[in-house]
Amino acid sequence: MFSGDMATAGEILRRSLTDEVGVSKGSVSGSEELHVLAVDDSFVDRKVIERLLKISSCKVTVVESGSRALQYLGLDGEKSSVGFNDLKINLIMTDYSMPGMTGYELLKKIKESSAFREIPVVIMSSENILTRIDRCLEEGAEEYILKPVKLSDVKRIKDVIMGGDGKQKKRRSVRKRGREDRNLFTITIVACTVILIDCV
Amino acid sequence: MDVLNQLQRQYTDFTALLYREGFVDDNFTQVQKLQDESSPDFVVEVASLFFEDCEKLVNNMAEALEQQDVDFKQVDSHVHQLKGSSSSMGAARIKNVCIAFKTFCETQNRDGCLRCLQQVNHEHTQLKTNLQALFTLERQIVANGGSIPVMQ
Repeated sequence: MFSGDMATAGEILRRSLTDEVGVSKGSVSGSEELHVLAVDDSFVDRKVIERLLKISSCKVTVVESGSRALQYLGLDGEKSSVGFNDLKINLIMTDYSMPGMTGYELLKKIKESSAFREIPVVIMSSENILTRIDRCLEEGAEEYILKPVKLSDVKRIKDVIMGGDGKQKKRRSVRKRGREDRNLFTITIVACTVILIDCV
Repeated sequence: MDVLNQLQRQYTDFTALLYREGFVDDNFTQVQKLQDESSPDFVVEVASLFFEDCEKLVNNMAEALEQQDVDFKQVDSHVHQLKGSSSSMGAARIKNVCIAFKTFCETQNRDGCLRCLQQVNHEHTQLKTNLQALFTLERQIVANGGSIPVMQ
């Protein structure tokens, strides 16, 4: 009597373990590799960001300027060799200070494009300037991160973009500087203050 | 075995010195962390790029500072680039010179700029020599069948 049940229980246990392994294998990092377009005018930074992204299991395309980035995306008005359908960029990471077109200007152009506006754009900068950060976030940047970029930054960004279920989600929940967070914080403080005053 | 231990000891001591004297900082450690079997020469490659970049920028700065009418904005933009790449590289001393250099650009102080340029050159040479020595030690350790000590 029991042996039959035990055998079944064992089977179920084995199956669920396999399923677990199957889920982790077939999840985010397995089937859907993030393709990142990195833009930076510095040789050193390009090399580093490329490596950071490759270590984080991302497919990487690195270009040295905003105009090259637009060219790659086919947004420069010229006929691009890569069709929109073939190009599957999941994330754009761009330096802010670049000669010619700044990262901010690149961000604007991307957000103005119907084809690419949904792609999250992360701004990288060595400068911690609040007005600059605000401007970028207001223009739709996903995050503004300070250079030098660390492995932990890339891992965090990747997690946010991947959203945990293999699909890309436009999430604004985790970032170093967030206007929405600040507004929410302010509202919460005001609300609590009002409640406290009420109680007194 | 004895030779290997000696080499590894030398490596540890030398690395500690480089950090202590401020030649490199934590960002250099981060760069080292990016090296593995799939990219075994990563640090050497980044260092090469950095030194090439540094030389090019220094030449640009020198040229700009030689002009009758110095374009300090131009100089500043070169310094900004050097500051950025030295920061990514972990080349702390060079980065620090760049910070002072930027101030002189902002105040349009030609002499101050020239002094900083000299310092950048000096630090560049020193760091290059030091890193070459470090890389040589690494090669020797690996050639003797050992692994490179990881700094905490």
